[in-house]
Amino acid sequence: MSETSAGRAPEDAAGPAAPAGPPGAPAATLPYEAIRAIPVRHYGRWAAAVVVVALLGALAYGFSQGKIIWNTVGTKLFDHTVVTGVWHTVLISVCAMAMGLVLGVLFAVMRLSKNPVTGAVAWAYIWFFRGTPVYVQLLMWFNLSLIFQTINLMPFYKNDTVAVMTPFVAALLGLGLNEGAYMAEIVRAGIQSVDPGQTEAAHALGMTGAKTMRRIVLPQAMRVIIPPTGNEFINMLKTSSLVSVVQYSELLRATSDIGISSNAIMEMYFVASVWYLVLTSVFSVGQFYLERRFARGSQRSLPQTPWQKVRTNLTTLRRPKVAR
Amino acid sequence: MSTPSLDKSSSPEPREPRPASGPAGSPSGGGVEPMVRAESVHKSFGAAHILKGIDLQVAPREVCCLIGPSGSGKSTFLRCINHLEQINAGRLWVDGVLIGYRQHGDKLYELRDREVAATRRDIGMVFQRFNLFPHMTALENVMEGPVQVKRESRAAARERAGALLERVGLADKAGSYPSQLSGGQQQRVAIARALAMEPKLMLFDEPTSALDPELVGDVLDVMRGLAEDGMTMIVVTHEMGFAREVGDSLVFMDDGVVVESGRPREVLADPQHERTRAFLSKVL
Repeated sequence: MSETSAGRAPEDAAGPAAPAGPPGAPAATLPYEAIRAIPVRHYGRWAAAVVVVALLGALAYGFSQGKIIWNTVGTKLFDHTVVTGVWHTVLISVCAMAMGLVLGVLFAVMRLSKNPVTGAVAWAYIWFFRGTPVYVQLLMWFNLSLIFQTINLMPFYKNDTVAVMTPFVAALLGLGLNEGAYMAEIVRAGIQSVDPGQTEAAHALGMTGAKTMRRIVLPQAMRVIIPPTGNEFINMLKTSSLVSVVQYSELLRATSDIGISSNAIMEMYFVASVWYLVLTSVFSVGQFYLERRFARGSQRSLPQTPWQKVRTNLTTLRRPKVAR
Repeated sequence: MSTPSLDKSSSPEPREPRPASGPAGSPSGGGVEPMVRAESVHKSFGAAHILKGIDLQVAPREVCCLIGPSGSGKSTFLRCINHLEQINAGRLWVDGVLIGYRQHGDKLYELRDREVAATRRDIGMVFQRFNLFPHMTALENVMEGPVQVKRESRAAARERAGALLERVGLADKAGSYPSQLSGGQQQRVAIARALAMEPKLMLFDEPTSALDPELVGDVLDVMRGLAEDGMTMIVVTHEMGFAREVGDSLVFMDDGVVVESGRPREVLADPQHERTRAFLSKVL
């Protein structure tokens, strides 16, 4: 059959239907002869590349002509104060995010509960903390001593507000409570994305509502909750720059203080930006792999890693092999 | 499980199916308490009146098949039996226990979440869309009820779950996730999951309707085996062959009422009502 195929109709030779013998020539492994065609030429891609390179060149030239002491950027990047600021930024972001997660799950479950009281409380919490700027909330926590001189939790605890409301505590309360309101909405969306049939099946087994939530619904909601939560965390890394307003010496405050005292204001903002980019990049990569892990089992093929994507793009820039 | 008993009604030896009670069955008329007893059950969703007074009795060990056109209320009625839907009027008992309420004198008290859950333990349910827990393996799905609800030890539950999976012919799929199983396999796992709670009543809500035709047989074989072991079953189905061969009684519902019921062979061969005749002429 393989020898006679040359005399046959072409669609028969190219068709994948031929079951018995390999039709001879090109690839011994493939049971068909691949189509040879001239690929579409993408002239637009080359034109776009030229334009982009030209614009980048102009931008680089512009910056080289600016009054920037690049040396300062380099030397201050690992300055002790700056590195401490980076550490504080990571610390406050992680703590506030953890607080937001716990509050988010709590208030999401409260909001979805059939109990009208918890539902109303959760609604009011989200309404207030999502409805006012986080900047204002930070300032209010920090200045709490203006209206309450002491914090008095009757039998347990009593102290001066000024002593309690350190910059870290004010920053944590401001960011964490605000984040909780956003996380509550994300968790609620996640819970609602779970098929109601899952709840029914759990109920039919004799599970109570609470157990169904814990064992069946929340684990499945996680797949929906994780991607926006990663987003929130990266946002948090940047939003934490706001807490410089409550005297917490995180990255922005550390760098801008140096900038003012050493008269290198823009240079120090560059330093801050470099560090923010490093932090968000590191956590973005972490988020990507976390999502990829949770997508397992629910998708046919996993999304490509960035490295795989680059490799695919490089190979398609070249002419596809099939066309040779 | 395999030998098809061609004429079941003539050899009722392995089980003693009680004759299907008519629509107007008197409550606990005979000596045996019926497994399920419904008295003029009504159910509305908003303005839509779905169940319009269902009276039905299912005896222990009986296999009752519910048939009827879609929208006739058969699935809704099934879901009322384990209180997935709350009925609006009438009474429902399972094994003599009132469903959804507690009666003191002539006052009815709604049951709490925990109490409803407790009554559901003894009623297994199998869904049209399987509803397996996708984040658990087949074995974990079957173990979930015994471990979480009955507080069985994990070791004991694992052993029993393995045996149940073997019974439904899926011993080799214990470690597979639902997404890795075919529809028929998923439904058999779902049956094993319900059986793991050792229910006294099994409800099947169109268990084969979402399956490819060639996978239906495996599921029906498992159900046939269950029936032969004496499980009380209520099956909402479109499988007339199954109803004829395995069912002890057949109930035809239309527009929220029981139109006709009786022995499957008799109802299928000689329907008494015009609506039953019209429905059967379309599906047979």
